[in-house]
Parts: sequence; structure tokens; C-alpha cells
Amino acid sequence: MPSNGERDAVAVLEGVRFGYSAGHPVLDGIDLAIRPGQFVALVGPNGSGKSTLLRLLLGLASPDAGQVRLFGHRPGDPADRGRVGYVPQRPNLGEGVAASVADLVSSGRLARLGWRRRPRAADRAAVDAALDAVGLGDHRDRRLRELSGGQQQRAFIARALAGEPELLVLDEPVAGVDVESQALFRRSLVHLQTLGGTVLLVSHELGAVADALDRVVVLKSHIRFDGPPAELAASGVSLGVHRDDLPVWLEGVR
Amino acid sequence: MIVASALGLLAGALPLPWPFEREYMQLALAAGLVVGACAPLIGVFLVQRRMSLLGDGIGHLAFAGVAGGVVAGVWPVWAALAVSTAGAFTIDRLRSRGKAQGDLALAVFFYGGIAAGVVLLGFADSLDQGVNAYLFGAILTVEPAEVAVVVALGALSAAAILVCRRALFATVVDEEWATVAGLPVDALNSVLAVLVAVVIVASMRVVGLLLVAALMVLPVATAQLLARTQRGLLVISGGVGISSVVVGLVCARLWDLAPGGTIVLVAVAVFVLSAAAGAVLSDSQIG
Repeated sequence: MPSNGERDAVAVLEGVRFGYSAGHPVLDGIDLAIRPGQFVALVGPNGSGKSTLLRLLLGLASPDAGQVRLFGHRPGDPADRGRVGYVPQRPNLGEGVAASVADLVSSGRLARLGWRRRPRAADRAAVDAALDAVGLGDHRDRRLRELSGGQQQRAFIARALAGEPELLVLDEPVAGVDVESQALFRRSLVHLQTLGGTVLLVSHELGAVADALDRVVVLKSHIRFDGPPAELAASGVSLGVHRDDLPVWLEGVR
Repeated sequence: MIVASALGLLAGALPLPWPFEREYMQLALAAGLVVGACAPLIGVFLVQRRMSLLGDGIGHLAFAGVAGGVVAGVWPVWAALAVSTAGAFTIDRLRSRGKAQGDLALAVFFYGGIAAGVVLLGFADSLDQGVNAYLFGAILTVEPAEVAVVVALGALSAAAILVCRRALFATVVDEEWATVAGLPVDALNSVLAVLVAVVIVASMRVVGLLLVAALMVLPVATAQLLARTQRGLLVISGGVGISSVVVGLVCARLWDLAPGGTIVLVAVAVFVLSAAAGAVLSDSQIG
């Protein structure tokens, strides 16, 4: 079980309850602490509150009860600007947006830079590194709209990486993404982790990253499982590549 | 009004070739160039957010301001600036709170603006000639003082856009992401709304309130066909806006046409030609 209130925890949820309508909590009694350097997967069936938990963590929603702490502060505290990177679920690019891959990834640097300051050499280097990390180094000047779905998704991951976040939060980032993109995706997350970064990944498909995970949290309104992937495997669920035990097992979570 | 007279002298004194050899044409050119460059710069962010019609709506509100100014004896430019800035700010606040999501809430503002203008003008003794100048544009009769105001408002909005352009782009792509990234999303939205109001007031004598949003939207539509990057989008939009003004003024002088409408028709023509050329090119690539 997670030990709460740890001083060194990157993210802490304590006794969190949240519902979109009164009397019907999507999340209830959530206690979770994510420690620095961990690679954590958050899984659960549809409607189990995974995305809601992320929204609470990112400060896009406030809990009805309990406490959320990010780097020891309330989420969204200006003191922590740039420490969190976020890859939203199926980010949809408006048809009217005319921008290059580099435009999008550079905008990710604003999380560190703030809205006023001009990018310097170090910022451009961070953008280049993020593009290389997701294998888009050769596509920086292409129009975003010309990229495949998988490449676009990688560009959005690079946007988050460009801010050199201490905590990277990803919501279903590999849904419907091609195999090449999944492999690059795994590589970039592991790379971030080796630099000391913490990763929280919400996904239905853990196949591509299964062997890199430190911890799996299974959610369905409450936390149903929290431990190393091996322990989950011992209960008959395989997270390995090309296995679909997890979705099947999740549907049976009570 | 030292700046105004300096500008007037400067504009009248420049040895430009036909059709800009006369003072009134040089003043028109000065005001037109500023508006032609600035309106599309603001429009870039409206169009990408699918808020192209916001300019039209605020133009309607500005009409109420012009009418109020005429009735109250205040310079209509200041009155329009006050009303449209307040209106733009209010619309943006309502939008960000999810209370003006549909077109309906905005439509209430737009029609309310025009209707208030019409009623206010009923108090004036006659339908002032000046009101027509704001509704349909009268770039050939702008005075040095007006050009000075247009230049000042234009410089202010261009500078604001250049400073905020990266952050504005981030909010255009995804407001929620921008919030998580710690960008001041609400403030940026308010700044954009106020800039729309400022540029509309600067443009009303150039193309008229009825066409004021055209220069915010049409050059950007053309640039979207051609640009690969945000920088390219800004540069091409501004370039198309400036070219439309210059070509429009030349055509208007040549054939004695209404300049405001001519400028906008040139911008329409540039878009249609670019779209057609793009379609032919992509067809030939496929073939």
C-alpha cells in the first residue's frame, strides 16, 4: 500500500473524493503517493476515473474531499511552473492551425520559459533533444497536419519533453499508434526516467512499456491494486508485448 | 497634436509617384498600411481558434460606440474604442466561463450593438455624414489626427502580438495544456479580445465597420494555404493584408471605386486565386 504524506513524494493524493454530480463519486477514498524516478502506470476499465485523477493532479479540477499535492504544493502553484509535463488524451489539432512540428514542440518550452521571454540557445537545444527523443528530428519543418496520427502523437509527447519536466503525465498516449511510434515512445519515456524524471502513464495498452514499469495502479473508483507489475503477473495478468490479458482482466475488476 | 501634424506634413510632403502623389492619398496609404499589416496579425489567432466572426461582432458593438459618440458630441473614435473594448472583454469573460459557447450569446451582443446604434442615432438631428464614413469607410478623407491615432493603435497591437505570439499559439492549440504549463491563459485571451477591439477601431475609417473583420480573416485564409510555420503565417498574412490595401487603393483611384470595398475585394481575389492555384498544383502532383 502507498505510504502517504511522504515529504519526498512528487505527487500525493490523500483521501480524495470527486464526482461530476452529487452523490455519484467517480473517485472515492483515493490514497496515492508517487515517488521521484518512478515509472507508474495507471490502468482501469472505461469510466474508472483515470482521466479524472489526472485532472485533479494537474489542477484542472479540485477534489470534493481530501487533498492533492504536487511537489508539496497545490497543483498549479506558480512556484512549480514547468515541473510538470502533460500529454493530453488524443490532442486534436484544429484544422485551421497552420504550424510546423518545431512550432508545436517549441511551445512546450514555454512551460519553463514563461510567456514573455525569448527562447535562447539552451531552449532551442531542449527542443531539438525532444524532437530527437521521439524520432522527429528530421521532420521539424514539416506541417503538423501532414504527419501521420502516430507522428502527431509523438510531436505532442515531444512538446511535453521540451519543458524538461520532472513529472511527465500522459493520458492514453499510444491509443491507435503504430508499432514504430510505440517503440520510440517507450525509448523516450525510459530516457526521461534515466535522467531522474518521474512518469505517470494512463493507458489501456501497456504492452510497449510493460518491462520498463516500476509500478502498476489499478483504478475503478477506488484503488484496486498497487504494486510491481510482477505481482500483477502473479495473479495471472500478463502485461507483455502482444498480450491482451490486461484489458480482459480489467473488465473483470470488481 | 504635434505628432499628428508631423505625420500630416510628412505624408503630404513625400515625393511619391501616382497614385500616391496627393496628400490625401498619402494619408490614406499610411492608415491603410498600418491596418493592412495589423488586422491580419490579430486575425491569425482568431482564425486558428475558429473565432473568425468575433471581429464582425465587435464591429457591430463599435457602431453603437460611434453612434453614442455622435450623439454625445465625443469624437466617435474614442467612443467606439471604449464600447468595443468593454464589449470584447465581456464576451471573452463569458466565453471562458462557458456561458457563451454557442453563437447565440454572441449574436445577442452583435444585434444589441447595431440596434443600440440605430436607436442612439435617432437622437441625433440628422443621420450624420460622419456615421456613413465609419460604416462604409472613408479612407480618402482621413485627417492627420486620425492617421496618428491609427498608427498609435496599430503599433500598440503589433507590439503586443509580437510579444505574446508564442504564448497565444500555445493557447490556440490547447487551452487546457497551456493552463497546465502555467501560461496566463485568461489574461492572454483578454489581451487578444481587447486587441481585436483596438484594431477594429483603427480599421473603421479604412474599410468601414461593415467590412472591418474582412481584413482580419481573408489574408489569414490565404496565408493558411501557403504557410508552413507560425512565423510564415504571420508574415504572409501581414504581407497579403498590406498588398491588398495598396492594390485596392490603386484600383480605387484608377477606376474611381469605393476604396474600402475595393480593398476587401482585392483580398477576396487573392484568396480565390491562391486556393485555385493550390488546387491545380495538388491535382498535378497527384496526376
